[in-house]
This record gives sequence, structure tokens and C-alpha cells, in this order.
Amino acid sequence: MIAARDFSVFVSHPGKGVASMDLVVEGVRCGGCMSAIEKGLKSQDGIRGARVNLASKRLTVEWDEGATQPGFILQRLDELGFPAFPFAPETAGGLEANEERRLLRCLGVVAFAMMNIMLLSVSVWSGARAGVTGATRDMFHWLSALIALPAVAYAGRPFFESAVRALRQGAVNMDVPISLGVLLALILSVVQTAQHAEEAYFDSAVMLLMFLLAGRALDQRMRRKTREVAGNLAAMKAETATRICGDEDEEALEVPIAAIRAGDLVLARPGERISIDGIVEAGRSEVDQSLVTGETAPIPVAPGQPVYAGTVNMTGTLRIKVRSAASGTLLDEVNALLAKAVEQRSSYVRLADRAARLYAPLVHVTALATFLGWLASGLGWQASLVVAITVLIITCPCALGLAVPAVQVVAASAMFRRGILLNSGDALERLANVDTIVFDKTGTLTLPQPGVANLGDHDSRDLELAGALASASRHPLSRILAAAIATKSRLAVEEFSGEGVEAFVDGERLRLGSATFCKAEELAPAVASEWPDASLIFFRRGERTAYFVISQALRPDAREVVRQLAAQGYAIEILSGDRDAPVAAIAGKLSVMNFAAGLKPAGKIARLERLKSQGRCVLMVGDGLNDAPALAAAHVSISPVSATHLAQAHADAVFLGERLAPVAAALRLARKAKRLMLQNLWLAVLYNAVAVPVAIAGHATPLIAALAMSGSSILVTLNALRARAAGEVAS
Amino acid sequence: MNVLAILVPIALALGFCGLIAFLWALRSGQFDDLEGAGWRAIADDDLPES
Repeated sequence: MIAARDFSVFVSHPGKGVASMDLVVEGVRCGGCMSAIEKGLKSQDGIRGARVNLASKRLTVEWDEGATQPGFILQRLDELGFPAFPFAPETAGGLEANEERRLLRCLGVVAFAMMNIMLLSVSVWSGARAGVTGATRDMFHWLSALIALPAVAYAGRPFFESAVRALRQGAVNMDVPISLGVLLALILSVVQTAQHAEEAYFDSAVMLLMFLLAGRALDQRMRRKTREVAGNLAAMKAETATRICGDEDEEALEVPIAAIRAGDLVLARPGERISIDGIVEAGRSEVDQSLVTGETAPIPVAPGQPVYAGTVNMTGTLRIKVRSAASGTLLDEVNALLAKAVEQRSSYVRLADRAARLYAPLVHVTALATFLGWLASGLGWQASLVVAITVLIITCPCALGLAVPAVQVVAASAMFRRGILLNSGDALERLANVDTIVFDKTGTLTLPQPGVANLGDHDSRDLELAGALASASRHPLSRILAAAIATKSRLAVEEFSGEGVEAFVDGERLRLGSATFCKAEELAPAVASEWPDASLIFFRRGERTAYFVISQALRPDAREVVRQLAAQGYAIEILSGDRDAPVAAIAGKLSVMNFAAGLKPAGKIARLERLKSQGRCVLMVGDGLNDAPALAAAHVSISPVSATHLAQAHADAVFLGERLAPVAAALRLARKAKRLMLQNLWLAVLYNAVAVPVAIAGHATPLIAALAMSGSSILVTLNALRARAAGEVAS
Repeated sequence: MNVLAILVPIALALGFCGLIAFLWALRSGQFDDLEGAGWRAIADDDLPES
């Protein structure tokens, strides 16, 4: 029974008779690939257009409805050498892109305003010495007002809205003093201009907005890029399920997970990854739950028993009834724990917000004191007010507003290049505080896909024959063996269900399968005790017996990374749901003293709570369904990209690839970033320490304000750029 | 100072043209694919295939 694929979820209809689909394309690197794909598709009948976006590795295809099928398009792309995956443009990604455009529009408007106002302001500044008449100066100021007021009204909204939101919740964030400073600067300038005064602050207000908007637009852009890559990875996982429709004449249809509803019947063939949670309706099989529970030994399942998404069906075909929620199962336990963990997650206050809480009252009190001070010393109330407002303008936290986001952007893009995608905005700061690292074993310290541990023990002829036998079988272990040997030769084999495969080559009998099938009963116990955590495949050629050890190998650099982290003073623990022996073996290899095996999700959380009560900041690295609550409960968490969906959704960051090095890199970069953030905050404080006395004394002119603000902003930004080069040494 | 009556409007108008051009570019998706655009410029897809 071959399942047809249903693409209707992915196809949209931009016009009448036109269908369109977004695809993620693998392996597009340059303009050559781009034109190969576009030409290759456009030469097909019925295709109206194809456009590759090289930056996001996505492709949009449009075709005349009915003239071709999405399946053919995918097949054609496969032929061209670019496997593609349909992609449902999720709403979140669209929102990110819209927000970025909005910020860029604001930036464009404010940049236009700033350039023209500067043109006028510089004329006034230089004219003040050259003896320009008051009338000309006033005209220039009114012109500046004419440009600045609408520009700020439009481009300042991101800040004003955020400030109002914060104030409504009774909190203070950095946008409150920013908004206040900008608005006061404009009001004061208009009043001053009306009174024919010499000084106006239109330029400062607009310049401030431009610097801050540039920072925000970059931040947003980095965030969108990260989301895009995460979206592509999700699409490439191509999570589909085979749905069985109709009661009598059964029809199987391959549909994306999103289209599966509770109560649907789904088919899982041997060797397939089960993609939904459900109850077995019919069939018996063994299921490898290692990615879900960490337990490496396969679990037998029979009708009435639950199976989970992310597990691998090993031996028999299963029919599974999808369910939304039932009680008393692993998934429920995980969900209940998750709800609690998310609720309890200590509300971390970001560095920038903490600085704002400290800064805003301080600045406002200073301004008030300045006003009262000048009033007491006999200056008129109007003149005193002008000086006080100048203090507010000059302390308007331009550098402070950039101090943290600038570092954030640079560090996030440095992580991005090293294969770490940050999910949450404050993950960087929380990562920097970590002093204890807790690893899950299966899929985190070990590779998510098992491999063959003893390939080197066999001669090449044996390997070729075993590979050929293995590639003829559908059994999951055979598939792993076939993939590891990757031989091209094929054999005509006979498959003995549940036992193995047999073939004859040059009169010699070849067998691949269980110990009894290969007459290796006397060999089996010794091998099994040598490899406690592995599955074995036996191979018999003529009278000789050999065996292949299928086990979950450590990530290639796991030992090195763990040793490094320990040397840097991190306390390291392993918490696993697997049995004691395999966990102890891995802990021994990595020389990790603290480990616990056989833990349920609640057990992992209990351990994290104990660490937390000791005042530790814990980084949890895990990938399984059973890790999800722990990931949510930990101070900060990282998942490998192969993790189950639930785990990834609750991790603060995701790392790509087979190596563990990104975890160490993330910690290094985060520490460096935190240091730079603090440095930047001090730089901003230093700027204020110099500028504020000048303003309080009443000597701050618009020229001084403009120079001081741009100077400090540039300094802070340059300092942030140093986050790029962090930590190359250790690799 | 009469020259100002000409120069200031010109300066403003030029800046405004720049702003309009930027907003148009943003709206029409010129910044959507910053990598691909460079390659498209040198692609010979307008030449007849030989």
C-alpha cells in the first residue's frame, strides 16, 4: 500500500486559477543553484513562476491550477538535485517580518528628518559666530520643527507604545525615559523657538531616535533570521503521518501532522518514526522509545497501549488511534509538570530593565533637584525649568538604550554562525549566569541516530556482503547497518520474518539476523555482556560468525567538550531516564562523577529544584519528551535540533549539527556578551557623570548635547562589536 | 539670504525623494533577499541559449 501525499495544507491561492506553494530547498548555496532551480521548474508545463530566495533558502512556486500537481514539482526538484520540503508559512514568521519592515520604515523617515534638521542646525551653530540675524535663525528653527514633529510622531511610536505599555503595568522600562526625553526636548524647543531663544533641541531628539531605531531594526532582523532558519529546519523534518481513511476499502494518505485530528487512524510501518501520540488499535510491535524516555531497550507494544511521537516502530505494522488527551500516561504527566514548571520559572529581570528601574527615578529626581536648586538660588522659574529639562534631554538614555541591545545583536549573530539559534530574548543573559550544567544522555550526549560501533573489526568483503544483506531488509537495525556500510552491491535475499535475511553468494550461505538465526548462541552472552547498552546483529558467512554492535555513539566531541567545561569550573551532571548500566558507562567515559539513571520527568525536576535551592544556576541540555518539563524548569536550557517538538519549544536555544561544541561556544559567547553589556552600561554611566554636571550648571548647548549623545552611542556600539570575536581560543 | 528660499526647498525635496525611494524599495521587497539579488544581476538568463 503506497500512500499518496496530501499537500492541500501548504497550497495557497493568490489569484484565480493560480496555486502557489512555499518550499524549503536543501543545498542552495549560490547563484548557480538558484538559476538551475528556477530554469528547471519554469521549463515545466503549467508552472507560472518560480523564485528562489537565496538568503532564506526558500522557494515560491506558482502554477496554473490543474496543470500540474505539487507532487510533480517536488519530484522535479528532487531530479534537479535539490530536495525540497513544503512549508506552511506560519503566522509568527509573518509578524516578525512585518515588525522589521515597520522599524525600517520608521528608520527611513527619521533618517530623512535627521539629515535635513542637521543641515539647518549646523547652519545655525556656525551662523551663531558669523552673526546670522535672529529672523533667519528663527526661520531655521521653525523649519526644523516642521520636519521633526511629524517625523517623531510617526517614527517614535515603537518607543511610545512600549513606554505606555510598561507604565500601564506599573513598571518602568528603558523606553519611558527615552520617550519622556524626546517629547520634552521637542516641547521645550517649540516653546523656545516661539520666544525667539537661541537654542533648540530638534536635532538631538531626532538623532536619538535614529540611533535607537537602528539598534532595534538590527535586533529584529537577527531575530527574524533565527526564526527563518528554525522554520526551515522544522519543514525539513517533514513531519507527516499516514492516515487511514474509510472503514472498509482502506485508503492511506500521507498528510502533514498539522492536518491530523484526534480520533484519526494512523498507520506506522516497521522502521518508521511514529509522529503522533496515540493508542495502538491493532498490531504488535516493538518500539524504540529512546528519544522520548531515554530508555534504550525496545518496549513491546500491543493493542490498547500508548505510543508517543518521536519513537521508532521496529518490527510490526501498527494502527494507532490518535488521541488528544487521555489520563495516566507519560504525556499527561509531562504536560502537568510542564504547566507547573513554566508557572514557577523565576521571572528573570533583564539587565536593561534593571538598569532602567535604577536609572529612571534617579534622572527624574536629579532634574527636579536642578529645578529647585536654581529656583532657590534666585533664577526665574522659567529659566530654571529650561535648565531642568536640559538635564532630562542630556540624560535621555541613548547610550544606555543601545548598551544591551547592541551586544545582544552582535552576540546572537556570532552564535548563529556557530550553529546556535536563540529562542528567547534574555537567554543570552541567563546563559552567562550558569554555573552547573545538567545533560540528558540519549540524543544529547549521544548522537540521536544509533550507529555501528565495531565496523573496523570486519574485513571489507564481509562488510560488503553484510551491507548488501542489510539493505534488502526493512528492519530498523538493518537499516542502520546498511546506512553505515553504504555498499552499492545488491543481493537477492529471502527474508525470515522476526529472524533475519538469507542469501547465497558463490555457493556460500550468508545470513544476517538474530543470534539463533545465525547459530551464534554460544557467542551471544559474551558479546552482550561486553556491550551492555547496544543492540546486536549477527552475521554468518559459511561457517564463520561475526557480529555488529548497534549503539548510540557519543557525539564526536562530547568527551573533549565535557572535559573543557569541567576545567572551566562548571559542575556537570547527567540525568537520564535510561537504565543504570548504560548511563554509568557513558558517565565513566566522560569522567562525570554525578549521574542519576532511571529518572522520570518528575525526578529530573526534583533534582533541578534541589540544585536551585543550593543557589545554583542550572543549564539543562536535553532533547526528549521527558526532558521538556526539566528544560522549562531550569534557569536556562538548550536542545539539539533533533529533539522532540515539545522539548524544542521549551528550550531557550537550539543547537545544530552532530557536535556538542556549540553548547560550550554558547556559554563562552554569553559570558563575554554579559561582560560587554556591563561594560557598556558603565560607559553610559560615565557619559552621564560627565554630561550631567555640565547640564546642571546650565552650560549644555544643543551642540554639546548632539556631540555627547552621538559620541557615547558610537562608543557603546563599537564596544559591542567585540562580542563577535569571543572565544575562538578554546576551539 | 534670498538664496535660502531656493536652497532650503531643494534640499528638502531631494531628501524627500530619497525617502520615497527607500519606502518604495522596502514595499516592493527589494530587501527580502540580499544575497540572491547580487547573483541575479550576473545571471545570463536574458541571452538565447546556444
